[in-house]
Amino acid sequence: MRLPIVERLASGEVLIADGATGTMLLEAGLPTGTPGEAWILERPEVIMKLHRAYVEAGSQLILTTTFGGTRARLKAAGLAVQVTEVNRCAAELARRVAGDEVYVAGDIGPTGEMMAPLGPLTYEAAVGLFAEQAQALAAGGADCIYIETMSDLNEAKAAVEGARRGCDLPAFCTFSFDTHGHTSMGVSPTQAAQAMAELDVPVTGANCGHSPEEVLDFLPQMRQAAPDAYLIAKPNAGLPRLVKRQVVYDATPERMAELARRYVELGARIVGTCCGSSPAHIAAVAAAIQTR
Amino acid sequence: MANERLFEEMTNVVIAGLPDKARELANEVLRAGIDPLAAIEQGFKPGMDVVGEGFAKGELFIPDLMMSSRAMQEGIAVLEPELLKRKQELKTLGKVVIGTVQGDIHEIGKTLVATMLTANGFEVRDLGVDVSPQRFVDAVREVDADVVGLSALLTTTMLNQEAVILTLKEAGLRDQVRVIIGGVPTSPEWASEIGADAYAENATEAVEVVKGLVQA
Repeated sequence: MRLPIVERLASGEVLIADGATGTMLLEAGLPTGTPGEAWILERPEVIMKLHRAYVEAGSQLILTTTFGGTRARLKAAGLAVQVTEVNRCAAELARRVAGDEVYVAGDIGPTGEMMAPLGPLTYEAAVGLFAEQAQALAAGGADCIYIETMSDLNEAKAAVEGARRGCDLPAFCTFSFDTHGHTSMGVSPTQAAQAMAELDVPVTGANCGHSPEEVLDFLPQMRQAAPDAYLIAKPNAGLPRLVKRQVVYDATPERMAELARRYVELGARIVGTCCGSSPAHIAAVAAAIQTR
Repeated sequence: MANERLFEEMTNVVIAGLPDKARELANEVLRAGIDPLAAIEQGFKPGMDVVGEGFAKGELFIPDLMMSSRAMQEGIAVLEPELLKRKQELKTLGKVVIGTVQGDIHEIGKTLVATMLTANGFEVRDLGVDVSPQRFVDAVREVDADVVGLSALLTTTMLNQEAVILTLKEAGLRDQVRVIIGGVPTSPEWASEIGADAYAENATEAVEVVKGLVQA
């Protein structure tokens, strides 16, 4: 039986997370324009197969396929009325694969709307959206709430507050620093880590982003700003290009494995990969970290 | 001289992204009987240029760009009745139709480009996200567009940039309109592969590229 995840991290162990969900589902035939969340209820066997592939590759922490699972995002797919069902079911699917040993992270992504004053979404409304999703993820058996790919600091704070309002699980929060070493909304790794430390968020870090190499710069900045936090590195396998009409990501499993070892040296305690990666990337990362 | 000081203040409130102050200064322009067109071009506009440059360099970010353009637009709105009264018009550099292609709901990049083009004197019809090739073609015909901008943020949807170009050809409109593409997975190589006229990496660059396209 597994320890509560923050206790496990406190033991000093490095946990291997999983790789891409979205790009893997596209490869499995998800039609363009259909959000992956639609398959949670329609094609649960595909979702479980993906989770299983990552667990077999060495993932000790798998993320639910609910990146776009806030009511705001599901609305576009006509799934808004099923927001609770979609999120709870996603956590249940992940839990079934994870069993007792592997952790299930209840994944939460941005709402896709701009926060006030730039856009229509108020802080309070955002908290409500995140609380609703977090509650359902917890009901489905998640071990933690895993907020990721944040770019607006206010939205990240609303997500943390929402997660805490919706359930008792620890909330983690990572950011996508994809624009000149900042998030697209101009948040630096230092500012992000500081803000998360002020909210007592135990785990923060960098995910998605521009290139996996840049994470080597972000980790020390975050470490310095939040010395007590456990750090996550979960970058893209580089950026996608079309070569002869085939999607190619620059970073090979070998390259990601080499980088993963350096992330750990820089203090990362959860290491995974994001868009464009596959179970092969995770297998290479796991082997590199376990034999370091 | 007094005008120059006021213009400088207008530039500064656009850089700082302060819509309230921009309106205030625009009212001061009206009270002082200053030429509203000169106020826009020598007051607000240079502020937007500074912000665009900072954005391209990575010193400023999306919120800065949005607040600055909002300040400029609200200031211009105050001056518009006076422009009409004087039968003056803001110089239009050209007409642009823009949107994110079918199957893709990424909005921000496309909206920033639309914002920057508008701030720089283009007439922009923003079709939003998940726009079908036919809707692009209809809009190009309807507004008699000089340029059409196609945004795609996914490797799966960038193929739909090509679909728009093919549909333009079928409609016999391809020779009348220049096509610019953008979005993270796209590139100058992709632009030439699908027969687009241009590519831009960010909103600031897009303004320069589109200016070049309408002059060509």
